[in-house]
Amino acid sequence: MGCPMPKLTINGREVEVAEGTSVLQACEQLGIEIPRFCYHERLSVAGSCRMCLVDVEKAPRPVASCAMPCSEGMVVHTDTPAVKAERQAVMEMLLLNHPLECPVCDQGGECDLQDIAFAYGKDRCRSREVRRRVRDKAMGPLIVTAMTRCIHCTRCIRFMDEIAGTHELGGFYRGEHLEIAPLIEGPLLSELSGNLVDVCPVGALTSKPYAFRARPWELTKTESIDVMDAVGSAIRIDSRGGEVMRIVPRLHEGINEEWIGDKTRFACDGLRLQRLDTPYVRGSDGKLQPASWAEALGVIAARLKNVQPSRIAALAGDLVDCEALFAMGQLLDKMDVGNRDCRQDGAVYDTSVRAAYVMNTPIASIEKADAVLLVGVNPRTEATMVNARLYKRWRRGGMAVGVIGQAADLGYAYEHVGYSPVALRDVMDGKHAFASVLKAAKNPMIIVGAGALARGDGEAIHAAARELAESFGMIREDWNGFNVLQQAAARVGGLDLGFVPQGQYGMGVRSILAAAQGGRLDALYLLGADEIDTAHLGKTFVIYQGSHGDRGAQRADVVLPAAAYTEKDGTYVNVEGRVQRTRRAVPPVGEAMEDWAIIAALSRALARPLPYETVKAVRGAMIAKHPHLGRVDDVSVNAWQPFGKGGTLSLQAFGAAVPNYYMTNAICRVSPTMAACTAAILPLQQKGEGK
Amino acid sequence: MLNDKDRIFTNLYGKSSWTLDGARQRGVWDGTAALIQKGGAWIIDEVKASGLRGRGGAGFATGLKWSFMPKPSERAHYFVVNADESEPGTCKDRDILRFDPHRLIEGALLAAVAVNAHLAFIYIRGEFVNEARHVQAALDEAYAAGLIGKNACGSGWDCEVVLHRGAGAYVCGEESALMESLEGKKGQPRNKPPFPANAGLYGCPTTINNVETVAAVGAILRRGGAWYAGIGRPKNSGTKLFCLSGHVNTPCNVEEEMGIPLRELIERHAGGVRGGWDNLLAVIPGGSSVPVLTKELSEKALMDYDGLREVGSALGSAGVIVMDKSTDIIAAIARLSHFYCHESCGQCTPCREGTGWMARMMERMVRGEAKVEDIDTLWDVSKEIEGKTICALGDAAAWPVQGLIRHFRPEMEARIRAAGGGR
Repeated sequence: MGCPMPKLTINGREVEVAEGTSVLQACEQLGIEIPRFCYHERLSVAGSCRMCLVDVEKAPRPVASCAMPCSEGMVVHTDTPAVKAERQAVMEMLLLNHPLECPVCDQGGECDLQDIAFAYGKDRCRSREVRRRVRDKAMGPLIVTAMTRCIHCTRCIRFMDEIAGTHELGGFYRGEHLEIAPLIEGPLLSELSGNLVDVCPVGALTSKPYAFRARPWELTKTESIDVMDAVGSAIRIDSRGGEVMRIVPRLHEGINEEWIGDKTRFACDGLRLQRLDTPYVRGSDGKLQPASWAEALGVIAARLKNVQPSRIAALAGDLVDCEALFAMGQLLDKMDVGNRDCRQDGAVYDTSVRAAYVMNTPIASIEKADAVLLVGVNPRTEATMVNARLYKRWRRGGMAVGVIGQAADLGYAYEHVGYSPVALRDVMDGKHAFASVLKAAKNPMIIVGAGALARGDGEAIHAAARELAESFGMIREDWNGFNVLQQAAARVGGLDLGFVPQGQYGMGVRSILAAAQGGRLDALYLLGADEIDTAHLGKTFVIYQGSHGDRGAQRADVVLPAAAYTEKDGTYVNVEGRVQRTRRAVPPVGEAMEDWAIIAALSRALARPLPYETVKAVRGAMIAKHPHLGRVDDVSVNAWQPFGKGGTLSLQAFGAAVPNYYMTNAICRVSPTMAACTAAILPLQQKGEGK
Repeated sequence: MLNDKDRIFTNLYGKSSWTLDGARQRGVWDGTAALIQKGGAWIIDEVKASGLRGRGGAGFATGLKWSFMPKPSERAHYFVVNADESEPGTCKDRDILRFDPHRLIEGALLAAVAVNAHLAFIYIRGEFVNEARHVQAALDEAYAAGLIGKNACGSGWDCEVVLHRGAGAYVCGEESALMESLEGKKGQPRNKPPFPANAGLYGCPTTINNVETVAAVGAILRRGGAWYAGIGRPKNSGTKLFCLSGHVNTPCNVEEEMGIPLRELIERHAGGVRGGWDNLLAVIPGGSSVPVLTKELSEKALMDYDGLREVGSALGSAGVIVMDKSTDIIAAIARLSHFYCHESCGQCTPCREGTGWMARMMERMVRGEAKVEDIDTLWDVSKEIEGKTICALGDAAAWPVQGLIRHFRPEMEARIRAAGGGR
C-alpha cells in the first residue's frame, strides 16, 4: 500500500497508474477490454458479477479486476486460456437462469448481456434444469420490469443510493432467490428513476412509454440539448420517420454527467399531441379556424396597422430559443415597441449585470463547495441535475447545507434555517448558527430560486442574497458562490439578449398583464408564452406563436404554429450561462416553421422586413451583437458589479416554485407519460415528503 | 493422546458451573491484569510462539494476523469474536459459549489488548438462544466484577465487550459478511482487499477470530507459548476440539492433541464406527465444506491442517462426520449441496447460480436420472464455482461434490445405469 505510482505489467505491457487505480481501469488505460456487468464507473464497486476476472501472478485465485487495486510489480494476464475459461464459466452461470426471450426483449440490440455473451461466452448451454421465474415488480409509470431477466448486478440499487439519493431499491431474499425490488412496492419517487433503464445492463428494467415501439437499430440519433428546465442537459434524440421515439442522456461532465431527469427523458411523447400544425385565425363566430400563413399574417398586419407602439407588447415563453428572441427583439425595435419581457413569472429584479441572474458557480464546481445556502428553491424539482450534483457533493462528506424555504426532501441532510426571506437577515446578522458555518467554509455558495425572485419582495431577496454573498466571502477572484437558479430554458438567453422592457416607458410582464386587463393594451404577442394568466387579457388582440395548443393558443386571436425544440437548430443559454445548441432531429409538423422564420415572415408582412433567410443569418447577426452567444459550451466568468435595488424582506413563507415537477410547460402538460406520473407519483411524493 | 493437564477446555461437558465462580475455579481470570500489563506486543509474540492457528476453518496463524493491525491512530480498532458457528457437523464453539463463556470473554479482552482495541464484539449465531443468555450473563458478571469495561481487571486497559445476536445466516460466519451484518446491513461478504486489518468494521482496523481460537489465548499466555507449541506437530500445534458425529457409537465433542490419527480419534472417543471399522464408508473430517475421505484415506489421515491436506481434504472446523456403509453417499452430499444453495447470499454470480445448478444435478444423481456425462458436467460446474467467488462459500459448496466424484464416481455411474440412464 501507499505506492504513489504503482507500475504493473498487463499482458506483457508495462503501465504506470495513479494510486488507487483498479486493475480494470489500468487495463482500460492500455485499451484492453474487460467485460463487466456490475461495474459502472460512476457507481461504487460491487465486485459481484465476476465477469471481470483476470489472472494475477502469485494470486491464489482469479481476481475481480474491478475491485482489485493495482500494486507495484503486479503481473496481470487477461488473454490466457485460463482467463477465457473463467469468463466462459461466469457467462454460463449468468445465462443459466436468463430467459430465452431476446426476440421480444426491448433491450435487444443494446444489451450488455447479449454483447458480452457473443464476445466471451460459449456457444451452447449445458443446463437441463428448469429456468427460474421471478415475479415482476411494480415500479410506476416509467419503468417496466421483467425481473426474470435480472442478473443481480445491483447497479440499480447503487444508482438509487448513490446518485438519486432516494434509496428506493434493495435486494430481497438470498442465494438464487435474490430479487431486486422497491423497498415499498409501487412507483419510484425519484425524478431520476428513468436512468435505471440505462443503468440496467439487461432487459430487466426498461422504459414503459417506449416499450415495443422501436428497435434501436432503426433509430436516427441526433445529439441535442434539453429545454425542460434551465440546466440544458445533454441529450440524444432517437427518432424514426419524423417521430421522436425516445430521448436518452448524452455525456456532459459539466452538466448532467450521464444522467437526465425523468421529465427530460419522458416528456417527449408530448411532442406528438395537441400540436399546432397550421395557422389559425379566430373567426367571427369566436372559434379558431384554420388559415393559410398568408391569411394569418395578413390578419395580424391589418390589426396592428395604426396601433400605437405603446399599446403593443410581447411576452416570451420558457422554451424559446435565442434566435427567435433576437429576431423578435429586432422586430419590436423596428416597430418602436418597448413593452416586452421574457420573465413570464413576473420577476422584476435587476438584470443589468449578468452575474445577477445566472449560476456563477458552474454545476461541476459544486463539487468544490463546502457550504450551501438554498433560498426559496427546491433544486430537486427545479433543476434535478443540479440537485444530483449537490447530492453527489454532500455524499462525499464535508458539505453543510442550509435551507430557507420549504423543508422539502432533497435527498441530503440540511439545516432548516427558516421559512421566510427574513431568515436571510438572521444569517446575515449572525443570529442563526448557519452563519458561522458559512463563515468557516472555504467555498460557500448561495442558491436563490427563480421563484424567490418572482415574489413581491423578489428585489429585496435579490439584494439581500448579494449582500450575504459579499459579506460571507463567496465572491473572490477564484470563486463566485452567488447563484440564481433559473427554471426556464429560455430565461438566461432572454436576459442576455435584453428581452426586457426597453425605453423609459417600456412595460414589464406585470404591467403588460395589468394593461391588457385594464384595456390599455391593443395587441399582445405571446412568443411561446403559456405560463401567464390568459383568462384576464381583456379585449386585447392576442397573437400566439408556439408549438402546442396550450393556454396561450386557446386565448389567441391568431395562432402561428412553430417548431418544437426537437425540430429546430436553436441557441439556448443554460443556468450557468453556458451557450448550447439544439439540433433538428425531425421536421416540424404540418405547416409549422421555426420561430425565427415566422418572425421574419411577419416582419415582411408588417413592411418592416428583417433581412434573414436562414437561421445562420439570424445567428450571425445575433453573434455580431452578442459575441458570447457564439462561444458554444463556454462558461465564462461573469464580472462582479453592483446590482439590485433592495427593499423590505417579507415574513411570508416561501412556497413551492414548482408544485408539480412533471407539469411545467406546454409539452409536458400534454404528455400522457407526465400525466401518468402526476397521477401516480406526485401524491406519493407529497405524502412522503421527508420520507 | 492429550494429557489431562494440558486440557484447556476443562468444562467442555458442562459438569461444573459456567458462571464466574466456576470459571475462577478453572483458573480463568487468574492474573489477567498482569498479562495485560505485559503489553500487546508481548501477547502477540507469545501467541506467535505458540503456533496457534485459526480454529474457524482457514487455519491462518493467529499471532501473525494480530500483527497485521496498523499502529494506533485516531481510527478506532475493533476486535470481533466470530461465534456464528453454523458449519454442519460442527458444534464445538457452542459448548464453549454455554459452558465456559468466561474463558471466551477473558480471551477477547486479551486479544483486544493485543490489537489495540477498546471495543470488542461477540457476534453470536441467532439460533444460539441459551448460549447467548449464558454469554450475556457472563458479560454482566464480568462487568460487575470489574473484569471488563473501564480499567478492566484493574490493568488500566479499558475494554467494552458487546454481545450481538445474528439472525441465522450461515454466510454471516464469513468474517466480512459478519461485519456487514454487525453494521446492520445485509450479510454479504466484501471484496478483499481491503482486508479487515485495514478496513474492517465501520471501515476501521478490525481483527476477527473464531471462538475456540480466542478462548485458548488465556491459557496460552498463562502457560507460555512454548507449552502450546509442544503439543501436536510443528506448524500444527496445540489442542483442538473435535466434534464426532454420524455413524459412531458415542457421538461427542472432545479436546484432543492436533495430529491425532483419525481412526484413533474415532475409536478412542466415539466408541468406534457403528458395526466396526470395516463398516466404514466415508468420513467428512472437517465440517460439511471439506471433501469427503474414503475408508482407505481415513485410515492414514492425521487430524491437523497439513495432515488432512495431504489426503486431499482439510481440517476446516474439525467437525468429523462419520458415515457407515448404510449411507447413501450421493444423497448425503446432495443434502450438503442443497444446504449451500440455500445459504448462498446470492451476491456473486458463480455461487448464486452455480450452487442451485449443482444442487439440482445432485438431486438427479441421487435418483440416477442423469447421463454418465452429466458427472463430468457436475465436476466442471464445481470447478466453475471454486475460486471465482467473493468468499469461500463457493469453494465450500464445490468441495463436497468434488470429493464425491473423486472417490465415489463408480457408485454414481452405477446409480445412473440402474435407473436406465447409462449407455
